[in-house]
Amino acid sequence: MSILIKGGRVIDPANGIDDTLDLLIQEGCIAQVGKNLNAAGAEVIDAAGLLVTPGLIDMHVHLRDPGQEYKEDIVSGTKAAVAGGFTSVACMPNTNPINDNKAVTRYIVEKAKAEGVANVFPIGSITKGLKGETLSEMGDLKDAGCVALSDDGRPVSDGEIMRRAFEYAKPFNLPLISHAEDLSLIGEGVMNDGFVATELGLKGVPWVAEDAATARDVMLAEFTGARLHVAHVSTKGSVEIVRAAKKRGVKVTCEATPHHFTLTEEAVRGYDTNAKMNPPLRTAEDVAALRQGLADGTVDAIATDHAPHHLDEKNVEFNVALNGIVGLETALPLSLALVRDGVFSLVDMVTKLTVAPARILGIPRGTLSVGVVADVTLIDPELKWTVEAAKLHSKSKNTPFNGWNIQGAAVRTIVGGKVVYQR
Amino acid sequence: MSFRHKHILGTEQLSREDIELILDTAESLREINSREIKKVPTLRGKTIVNLFYEASTRTRTSFEIAGKRLSADTINMTASTSSVTKGETLEDTAKNIQAMKPDIIVMRHSASGAPHYLAQRVDCSIINAGDGAHEHPSQALLDLLTIRQRKGRLEGLTVAIVGDITHSRVARSDLYAMTKMGMKVRFCGPGTMVPPGIERLGAEVFTDMDDAVRDADVVMMLRIQLERQGKTLLPTLREYARLYGLNPARLALAKSDVIVMHPGPLNRGVEISSYVANGSRSVILNQVENGVAVRMALLYLVAGGDHSEA
Repeated sequence: MSILIKGGRVIDPANGIDDTLDLLIQEGCIAQVGKNLNAAGAEVIDAAGLLVTPGLIDMHVHLRDPGQEYKEDIVSGTKAAVAGGFTSVACMPNTNPINDNKAVTRYIVEKAKAEGVANVFPIGSITKGLKGETLSEMGDLKDAGCVALSDDGRPVSDGEIMRRAFEYAKPFNLPLISHAEDLSLIGEGVMNDGFVATELGLKGVPWVAEDAATARDVMLAEFTGARLHVAHVSTKGSVEIVRAAKKRGVKVTCEATPHHFTLTEEAVRGYDTNAKMNPPLRTAEDVAALRQGLADGTVDAIATDHAPHHLDEKNVEFNVALNGIVGLETALPLSLALVRDGVFSLVDMVTKLTVAPARILGIPRGTLSVGVVADVTLIDPELKWTVEAAKLHSKSKNTPFNGWNIQGAAVRTIVGGKVVYQR
Repeated sequence: MSFRHKHILGTEQLSREDIELILDTAESLREINSREIKKVPTLRGKTIVNLFYEASTRTRTSFEIAGKRLSADTINMTASTSSVTKGETLEDTAKNIQAMKPDIIVMRHSASGAPHYLAQRVDCSIINAGDGAHEHPSQALLDLLTIRQRKGRLEGLTVAIVGDITHSRVARSDLYAMTKMGMKVRFCGPGTMVPPGIERLGAEVFTDMDDAVRDADVVMMLRIQLERQGKTLLPTLREYARLYGLNPARLALAKSDVIVMHPGPLNRGVEISSYVANGSRSVILNQVENGVAVRMALLYLVAGGDHSEA
C-alpha cells in the first residue's frame, strides 16, 4: 500500500526542507520526497494548500491508563491525539498503578501497539510511587521502553534525592522531566498569586514556587552534568533561568503549553474550573515572556500537558476542582495563532512540535527523512472551526476553549504509513 | 426606584444607588424590630433556606430573625463541606433544595465562588452570607448603615480596617461598598496578611497601625483567626496585639468622634482591648442590631419588593 501526497508545502525542519513537494510513502516508510513524483497504484492525496509535516509529537500527556480509564485510556487518548495531528505522545507515569516498574511500562507499550492509533512512549517515574523517597529502577524502565523519567504532578522535594536521580539517570541518557514547583510555597494555593486571586478571594500559587524549583533543578543538572527537561514553564522567571542556563552550557531543555502561552489568570474569573491548572495560568507579562522564549529558542518544545478529568471532578467548587485540561485537540490551532501573531515562523512551530521533542526524548521520529517510519500530518492552516467540547475525541471534555473560534487543523494524520484520521 | 438584582452575590456588583436603596429600606424596616409585635406580613408565603456550610451563629441567626420578622418561612440547613468530597455534591444539594421550591437561598460556604456556582444552577435567588475569603455583602451593608447612622453621612469619611486582609471577605466587601460611597479605605495588617494588588481595588495600604488610625473617622478591627493563621503568618499573638491591636492609646490618634467597629466574634486582648470594645466609641452591638434590619431589606428587595411599599 502506497500513498503519494502531491503538491503540499512540505516542512521538514530536520532536513532543512520548506518547499512545495510531493511525498511518497511505501511499506509504511518515507520512500521519496521530491518534485513531480509518480507511483503506479499509489493512493494519491492532493495536498495543494496544505502543510505536510512530520507527525506531531506531544511529549507531555496523561493517558490515565491503567487505573483511571473513566477519564481517558490509551485508545481514546490516542484517538484524541491523531485528531489533533499528533502521531506520537509521551505519557506521564501518574497512573494507577504508577509507572515506576517495567510491568506497567510493558502494559502501556503493548496495549498501545495492540489498540492505540498513535505511537505511545511511556515516561517512567523518577521515584517509586512518586513519593520522592527512593529511586525507581531506571535501568528496567529504560529497557521496557521508557524514554524519560518524571515525577510530574508530584515534584521531588528532597534535593538529595533529586541529585541522586540525576546522577543515576545520566548513564542511561534518560532526561529527567521536572515538574518544577516548590510544594511548600504552593501551600493551599489554587490559582496564580496576584491581583486576580486577591479579588476572587482565592489562595495563590506565587511565581516564586516555580522559579525556585526551576533554579534548583537547573543547578542540580549543572552540578551533575545530567540532562534536565523542564515541563510546562509558566513564569517569566523560569524562562530567564533556563535561558541563562543554556548560555552556560547546562544540558537543559524546556516546554511550554498552549494554555500557558494563550491564556492569563483572567480566565479564572467567574470561578471557571476549566481555567484551573498546575502550574496555574499566569499574568500577561508571563505570557509575553513565554512567547519571547518560544521566539528566541529558549523554549524548545510545545507540549500540551493533556490532563483529562471527568465532569464530576470539574463541576464543583473551585478550590476542590482537579487541576488540568485536555489539550491534544486544540494545541495545533493555538500554536498556529502564534505564527499569525508573528511570534515565530511556521518552520519554528513545526520544529517545536516534531523534531525538538523527538530529540529530547531520543525517539526515532519527527522527520521526513527517506527510510524513516512514515508518521505524517497534513495541516490546513486556514481552516476555521469552533471548539465544541462535547465533540472532542477525548473521553473528557475539560477545556477552557469551548466555543472559541480558531483557525487551523490536521486534516489527515498518518501513522506508520496508514491514514488513521481524516477530517 | 426598583431593585434589579435577583441575587446578592457581593457588593462588587452593587451600584451606589443600589446601596442607598438597601440602606434606606433597612432604615425604614428597622422600626419593626423595636415594636412589641415584631412581625409584619410582607413576605408571607415566601420560603427562605439558610444553607450554611460553615459554622456561623451570628449571621445565620440574624438572617433567620430577619426572615421571620417579615413572616417568611425560614429553614436552616447546616451542611458539612466534607460532604462535598465524600458524599453529595454542591450541585446535587442545590438541585434538591431547588426541587422544594424555595424563593431565596441564603448561603455561607468556605469556598470562594460557591454562591456564584449555585446562582448559575438554580432558579431561586441566592444571597451570599459569606464565601471563603471573597465577599460578605450583608456585613458590609450593615457596616455602612451603622456608620451612616452615627455620622449622618458616608461621603468623605476615612475608614481604617486592620487585621488579616488577605483572608477577610468582610474587608473586600467593605472596600467595594465604601469606595462606591465616596469613602477612603485604609488597610493595615502584618506583611503576611495584606494581599497583592489590593491597592488597585482602591485601598490605601499602611504597615504601621498608628499611621492607619491617625485622623480616621472609623476604625474597624478584623478577627484574627487563631486556627487559620496560627501556622506561618504570625510569630505570636502577643506581638500581634502589640503591633496591630486596638487599645485606648492608639485609638486616641483617631478623630475624637471616631467609632470602633468589629464584625465579631471578638478576640478580646488580641485585636481589640476590652477597654475599647466596651468603651463609648464602640458601635459593635449597633452593628449586630443593624444586621437584622439590613438582612430584612435584602430579603425584601430580592423577593421583589419595591421601596415605596416598604
